[in-house]
Amino acid sequence: MTDLHRIAVRVNGRDEELEVEGRRTLADVLREDLSLTGTHLACEHGICGACTVRVDGRAARSCLMLAVQADGTDVETVESLAEDGVLHPIQQAMLENHAFQCAFCAPGFLMTIRCLLDDNPTPTREEIREGLSGNLCRCTGYRSIVDSVEALVTGHLGVGDHA
Amino acid sequence: MKPPDFAYHRPSTIDEALDQLGEFGGDGKVLAGGQSLVPLLALRLARPEHVIDIGRIATLAAITEDEGGLLIGALARHTDVEDSPVVRRAQPLVIAAMPHIGHRAIRNRGTACGSIVHADPAAELPAVALAVGAEMIVRSRAGERTVAAADFFLGYLSSDVNDDEVLTGVRWPIWPSSAGWSVQEVSRRHGDYALVGLAASLDVDGTGRVAAAALSFFGAASTPVRVSEAEDLMVGEPPTAELFAEAASVVTRSLEPPDDNHASAAYRAHVAGVLTGRCLAEARTRAGAAS
Repeated sequence: MTDLHRIAVRVNGRDEELEVEGRRTLADVLREDLSLTGTHLACEHGICGACTVRVDGRAARSCLMLAVQADGTDVETVESLAEDGVLHPIQQAMLENHAFQCAFCAPGFLMTIRCLLDDNPTPTREEIREGLSGNLCRCTGYRSIVDSVEALVTGHLGVGDHA
Repeated sequence: MKPPDFAYHRPSTIDEALDQLGEFGGDGKVLAGGQSLVPLLALRLARPEHVIDIGRIATLAAITEDEGGLLIGALARHTDVEDSPVVRRAQPLVIAAMPHIGHRAIRNRGTACGSIVHADPAAELPAVALAVGAEMIVRSRAGERTVAAADFFLGYLSSDVNDDEVLTGVRWPIWPSSAGWSVQEVSRRHGDYALVGLAASLDVDGTGRVAAAALSFFGAASTPVRVSEAEDLMVGEPPTAELFAEAASVVTRSLEPPDDNHASAAYRAHVAGVLTGRCLAEARTRAGAAS
């Protein structure tokens, strides 16, 4: 049984038309059909947050969304952040503050932070911790990531800023 | 970790969805937000032949209030509920449960009704529905029926919705202005299902005595469960710390929670008692009857 469906989805500002099986997740279609491998998959059942993308302006787990459910939506992945080789301010803050070590989890964190700051541009440290609590990182113990968001929000650049 | 093959259907009306469910019977599964179903598919714990996506039936997304109560439709996402001023006024216990449900990215997709129909005994909203006496509106091609929350939860991941039916909405009573509320839980990590949790309400009358109380536990049995003995002993009494301690000891004594590798039954029963004291104290403050 091959269950193919035609979907139209806007991905990082580009209109895409795809034919997908009903059972395929948005994450797999982004990675395999559109070669947007920035979106990472680890647990594939909604626990780790590595696959977080933005769907119609809201954070979503792309492993918990079938691609057919994304038909007609506007999807943004981690590849949407940097423009013309210039890092997004969130990415820059992460870099300056050495937020990540292996950075496998980074795409999910970056998109979660993007959505968190949309909802609340000036979160407190506690709100940052709560907002990032759905993303797992196995290297850092989270402190450097939370520090980086706090640095971005308060306008204090990190250790890389010697000005 | 990939979903098994299935035939995907996306009806545009509820009648079309009900026709498909009627046709497929036990081989069909309803998909709304997918935050419970898609993990079950990925783990292959669910292998439906047909998945019926109700996600484009716009009429099901409504959150409305009328004299009959607050109606939350099958497609209202947790985030829509959490951010709704109507729900905040009409049903603060639902709002209080929201931060405990997964994470924002989960709540952006998952639906309140989906959580209820999924009937995980450690989930928050089934216990809230039981605490306030919500009514489940269930439809099939044969018609519509209403099920009281007290009759709706049948067992682990089992609710009173037949293979040909959809939970189209949940009707919640309007919150009495004299009552306070609290939802608290203990879980291993933030956003995890609770080891034990409690959704509580406490209504205090004009003379400063308890008029009504609800203690609805999750993670404490195969369904959400109320401890009526502890509720009843408080009615007519002043809401003091001593009274709450008495209710807590009844809770610890009467619950028979599950015993697993996450926590022993005795630990869960103990935590249920601790949560009883904490929730009642918080609810009393919100009832404006702090003493």
